[in-house]
Amino acid sequence: MIQPHRSHSLYVFFLLHRVSGLALALFLPVHFYVLSLAITDPTSLDSFLKLTDIAAVKIAEALLVFLLAMHLFGGLRLMAMEWLPWTDWQKSLAAASLALGLCTACLFLLSVF
Amino acid sequence: MSAATDSKSMEVSVWRGDADGGEYRDYTVPAYDNQTVLDVVSWIQQQQDATLTYRFACRVGMCGSCAMTVNGKPRWTCRTHVNKVTRGEKLTIAPLRNLPVIKDLATDMDEFFEKWVKAKGVHEPSTGRHDPMVPVDPASKNRITASEGIECINCAVCYSACDTVAANPDYLGPAALQRAWTLVNDEKNKDANTVLDAVSQSGGCHSCHSHGSCTQYCPVGLNPMKAVAGLKRATAFKFWRKRG
Repeated sequence: MIQPHRSHSLYVFFLLHRVSGLALALFLPVHFYVLSLAITDPTSLDSFLKLTDIAAVKIAEALLVFLLAMHLFGGLRLMAMEWLPWTDWQKSLAAASLALGLCTACLFLLSVF
Repeated sequence: MSAATDSKSMEVSVWRGDADGGEYRDYTVPAYDNQTVLDVVSWIQQQQDATLTYRFACRVGMCGSCAMTVNGKPRWTCRTHVNKVTRGEKLTIAPLRNLPVIKDLATDMDEFFEKWVKAKGVHEPSTGRHDPMVPVDPASKNRITASEGIECINCAVCYSACDTVAANPDYLGPAALQRAWTLVNDEKNKDANTVLDAVSQSGGCHSCHSHGSCTQYCPVGLNPMKAVAGLKRATAFKFWRKRG
């Protein structure tokens, strides 16, 4: 539950960054397992990759791309905050990282449909 | 529940208890167009329940002693107008989060101030009273940075808002770290490196997760998140300089 003191934009961006990081941490082992099938079981890999022809799977992939891109840009924002001279538009930078994540996911969707 | 039971009264829930626990108790108090949360608490204590314990002093936003949790958010109650925070819902008043409760709305501030000392937040003069006074340029970058944090009123609103403090009791907290950053930039403080060493320890500035709640709720508009970011940068550069 979002408690009242957490209801401000930078906290929401913190939650998005943390949740996207956890989701990616769960996704990566599965991703590497599927990649390993290219060596150990190419037939299984081909049949698995056929799933990506399904529209729902493409949308799920776009969600993953969104999480990855948002985590990347959000991470860059945090590194800039801690390593570069301070800027007063932290909320704008956080919103920009979210927007860039969405743009990247949209570009992915355009390329797969 | 409606905020007003009629046109001239309102319902208020006040947390009553001590370190061993407690509960919210409901009161009906007069509703005025202009009244602060502290006015409401004072009315309850003076008119309905003399055993209600709370803390205040100046009533004009200078002493930092009247901070409480109002409808889930930490606020300085003497400068918080009821109409601006309730928006129609019931007024709920509790003690500050992240600090031990002494009784009712009064919290024990010892650990808050002990962490100021732990962060080397005590000014150590670089010269004695018999030394010539060293001029400080008010327009210098260091002085401007130091001046950004000196209006802190020690209300502990940022400390109460911080989820890192809630998760890590050793974390020094935004106020102590902002004080440390002020001293790092104060040319009249004896040794900035001592301060940087103190805030580099476990529970120091690098524990901050940059939630931004400290800056969001600071009642005097300071920016502890900026101060903590400055400390992170300064301590990291000091570390790499030492290794280089």
